[in-house]
Amino acid sequence: MMLHAARALMRRDLQLLWARRGDALQPALFALLTVVLFALSLGGDAKQLAPVAAAVLWLAVLLAGLLALDNLFRSDAEDGSLEQWMLAPVPLWWLILVRTGMHWLTTALPVILAVPLLGELLHLPHAQLPALLASLLLGTPILSLLGAVVAALTVGMRRAGILVALLALPLYVPVLVFGAGAVAAHAQGLDASGALLLLGAGLMLALVFAPMTAAAALRIAHA
Amino acid sequence: MPDSRPTTAPVLAAHALAFSRDDVPVFGPLDFAVDANEALLVQGGNGAGKTTLLRVLAGLLRADAGSVLIHGQPAQHDLRAQHIAYLGHLPGLKADLSALQNLHYLCGLHGQRPRQTPETAMTIVGLAGYQDAPVRTLSAGQKKRLGLARQWLSPAPLWLLDEPYANLDLDGITLVNKMVQAHLHAGGAALITTHGAYAAPPVRTRLLALGKAAA
Repeated sequence: MMLHAARALMRRDLQLLWARRGDALQPALFALLTVVLFALSLGGDAKQLAPVAAAVLWLAVLLAGLLALDNLFRSDAEDGSLEQWMLAPVPLWWLILVRTGMHWLTTALPVILAVPLLGELLHLPHAQLPALLASLLLGTPILSLLGAVVAALTVGMRRAGILVALLALPLYVPVLVFGAGAVAAHAQGLDASGALLLLGAGLMLALVFAPMTAAAALRIAHA
Repeated sequence: MPDSRPTTAPVLAAHALAFSRDDVPVFGPLDFAVDANEALLVQGGNGAGKTTLLRVLAGLLRADAGSVLIHGQPAQHDLRAQHIAYLGHLPGLKADLSALQNLHYLCGLHGQRPRQTPETAMTIVGLAGYQDAPVRTLSAGQKKRLGLARQWLSPAPLWLLDEPYANLDLDGITLVNKMVQAHLHAGGAALITTHGAYAAPPVRTRLLALGKAAA
């Protein structure tokens, strides 16, 4: 039953993505824009860009994710889909986990896949690319899961854009510190595995607790 | 309750059920029961608390006092999910998907009545030929019919219908009555809210009149 519901929800999200394929590109375009403008504003100077490239890419991915966050549950709340989730014979946290996973796959993953290209624009040293990709692959799911809690809390409000950002940013800071920190440590020839392991542990914690917290928040916000 | 009541527990029973919003009572305390093959018409004017009552019964809102029993057992989430299909004012349809895609998704979420498919349900509610139309392009009445198709496909025996007659033409009203009749005939039960201007389905009904609660 749980797998059945998950498959139905995943298929629906893919169909919705296809129906609104223009909107789907928005986070990736936003990240591209940030990176291009940053490179232009520094005059495309490799010596200046290379040391900050990893940090800028992390920031671009984080902000692009934030942009897509408000829509995680909002449209489902407005058309009554959320009510049907609450009445479904599967736990609400499970549907939230599936929805958040799909959201990550369709908003964060395309940006991560574009990171090698964006890295070229910023003269990212090639040796840093594996560490950067590893930290992004571990870190961005945490951002999505934390974001799900915030999006659930604010789903009852009409215009919550600013509030979502204000609530989410302090939660995002540790992820950014360890994510960008892992790459910085690697760049200085230090071992990045400590920070990456911490990100992995954070991801496990978020996978267990975030969907349940978001489910409780949704029930409160949507009553 | 009269003594002629069957000895088995009713499909749904409420005891001293009350709900208030910000300390203003919305309804209750209410006592009622619905048996199989029976419909309960919840009547009342606008703002009488009909929708709120249905949302409390569905488990979307928490009652302040009283209890809800399903087949004599306290209504927990799992029990509700198995027994209740709720059609509210927001039918939970995605505007960008086609009618058929919506039904397939909702069937995947809630399960499906045996020997019924989304295709047959769309024919029953008179939407044959609209399978691939995006829900955005359907009229309010057609969306209502699509919601009824979803209700028809649900395997749950107890229907909670919130204003099922709204937005429907005369054919549609007959359709709702026919569907309720067929559902009750198959052993189901239904709670239907209405503000009283429409014909009731030709089935065994009880009446629950909600008035404005005295504040």
